[in-house]
Amino acid sequence: MSVADLVADREILVCCGPGGVGKTTVAAALAVEGARRGRRTVVVTIDPAKRLADALGLGTLTDAARRIDGDWPGELCALMLDPRSTFDGLVTKYAPDPDQAETILANRFYRNIAGALSGTQEYMAMEKLFELHNDDRFDLVVVDTPPTRNALDFVDAPRRLTRLLDNRLFRLLMIPARTGMRAVNFATQAFLRTIGKVVGSEVVTDAVTFFQAFEGMEDGFRRRAQAVQALLADPCTAFVLVTSPRRDAARETEFFAEKLEEAGIDVDALIVNRMHPRFPAVAPAATGGGLSSLYQNLADLGRLSDGEEAHVAGLSRRVGAPAVCVPELETDVHDLPGLSRVAGFVFG
Amino acid sequence: MDPGTFCGQSRVLVVAGKGGVGKTTVTAAMAQMAAGLGLSVLIVEVEGKTGLAAAFGAEDLEYDERDMAPRIRARSLTPDVALVEYLEEHGLHRISKRLVRGGLVEVVSTAVPGIKDILVLGKVKQLERAGVADLILLDAPAAGHAVSFLMSAKGLKEIVRAGPLQSQADDVLSMLTDPSRCRVMLVTLAEETPVNEVVETAFALEDRVGVDLAPVVVNGLYPVLSGLDADPVAAGADAPVLAAAAEFRRRRQELQQAQVARLAGALPLPQLHLPTLFTVDLKPADIDVLASALAAAIEALPARTEVA
Repeated sequence: MSVADLVADREILVCCGPGGVGKTTVAAALAVEGARRGRRTVVVTIDPAKRLADALGLGTLTDAARRIDGDWPGELCALMLDPRSTFDGLVTKYAPDPDQAETILANRFYRNIAGALSGTQEYMAMEKLFELHNDDRFDLVVVDTPPTRNALDFVDAPRRLTRLLDNRLFRLLMIPARTGMRAVNFATQAFLRTIGKVVGSEVVTDAVTFFQAFEGMEDGFRRRAQAVQALLADPCTAFVLVTSPRRDAARETEFFAEKLEEAGIDVDALIVNRMHPRFPAVAPAATGGGLSSLYQNLADLGRLSDGEEAHVAGLSRRVGAPAVCVPELETDVHDLPGLSRVAGFVFG
Repeated sequence: MDPGTFCGQSRVLVVAGKGGVGKTTVTAAMAQMAAGLGLSVLIVEVEGKTGLAAAFGAEDLEYDERDMAPRIRARSLTPDVALVEYLEEHGLHRISKRLVRGGLVEVVSTAVPGIKDILVLGKVKQLERAGVADLILLDAPAAGHAVSFLMSAKGLKEIVRAGPLQSQADDVLSMLTDPSRCRVMLVTLAEETPVNEVVETAFALEDRVGVDLAPVVVNGLYPVLSGLDADPVAAGADAPVLAAAAEFRRRRQELQQAQVARLAGALPLPQLHLPTLFTVDLKPADIDVLASALAAAIEALPARTEVA
């Protein structure tokens, strides 16, 4: 299936790949193409470079979709992920009453989860995707993913929180909630004291308070996580692997592709950004004639292209999708014409 | 500056940069250069596979040190392992295995953000104090995260106000802020976004962490090729291709020079320039080439670098 078909038919496009390859730009270009093809498109960006954010009307961090006007039959909206407010929204949604929601939102342990737990940003990107997919205003959701080294971080993200809530230590900490603090058994108290000695007792108190306040909400979160997982596995979702042929990125992409394969995720399209131009090889002239630098340059660039193309071919075989190559542009993309240009390369 | 003097300025050199700028490449080249001067080098990698071992033609790194090349050893030091080791050393030894399986690591690292980073840095400090090598190269997490990684000591001191973890944070902070013990070498490419990010990272690290910054490495520059302006007409049918390729390289060099100048204007740090090698896979021979280029760039620095 071509990238054009994906943009025309699917409901969700997840752009994933290592950091520093131009993933945000590619995601935005796919979204522009969606609007051009008449679809009501929304693109979720994560930490775009400032000038691109400005071009998309995202000068300030906002969790709400902003409309971008353009000459297309469809619609284009963009938003920048705000993991914290997305998470707060989830807590408010699943808390049985506003007081409990308030207790959780103010808890320091919760604030750490929302702000610093590894995988939270990924989790919230997936959550946002789920939310927007269910939003009647849109029929195509394009999501950029956080620059992570481990491909599984975002696929696995929803499960990560439920694992935290499900773990044995959590159950141990829940005992006080059920039986009253005084009745905490001796072993647990000794254990909490030991932990407190290492990390500080305030930290332990915060954690215990959080888990107590969270009791009863795990089911909601777990069901939601399952629904998000199911949506990612649904045929209406396509995974687009975005990469570049640069040395460090090439290595990371191999690792990334390997992890996706292990997770049973089919890559539907492979976009290789920033390819160097291929100049035809010529046999060096026997006579130097002062042209040796020119021949040297051609050989240098040819060697680079050889390496890039071999890497792209290997990756393409591995993920079982043809590679769509985008040339390295002279400047960064910071406006809609620039995005249209990138789209032009992707969609031929 | 003499490369030996450069390497002797601090035992720990943190190599940091945004993903894709060639941080691992620079780490390997730096190690090779130092080893070539007769110094023993330990490379510490804190993220998953970076391709460092492959560049040396060695197997993937593990917790135990592995030889990469003469006088160069490398090991991984992942946060999870560091946390378990720490808890074991602090009174949880009997139950730590069970707790780790039960998810203790996730709970503790959520309760105390930055704890994993501080424990990794604490371990590096331990290695530094033990003098395990003349030069310890820390291949830091990708920039953005590099700031929070190095900020972890300060952040943690605000959360944990007493106990062993706090003294750990104190120790790490005194290492990070002592230029005779630790410096940070930032790596970037001569391109718009990487330049913007390295400038931001540099100021954040200096202002918020107080680390000493080594010269910034600008990686992937097209080597200057004299004679690129020659008229290719003598090449006959090949002339248009040669001209187009030469024009492409000239244009790229111009763009790179403009970014190098912009970086110099925005960041008052000396620069070390490394060439692109026109290859996608880094091989041991490539590391040698880059190590020599790095040494030459360091020799070109003034003997004593005064930073405004």
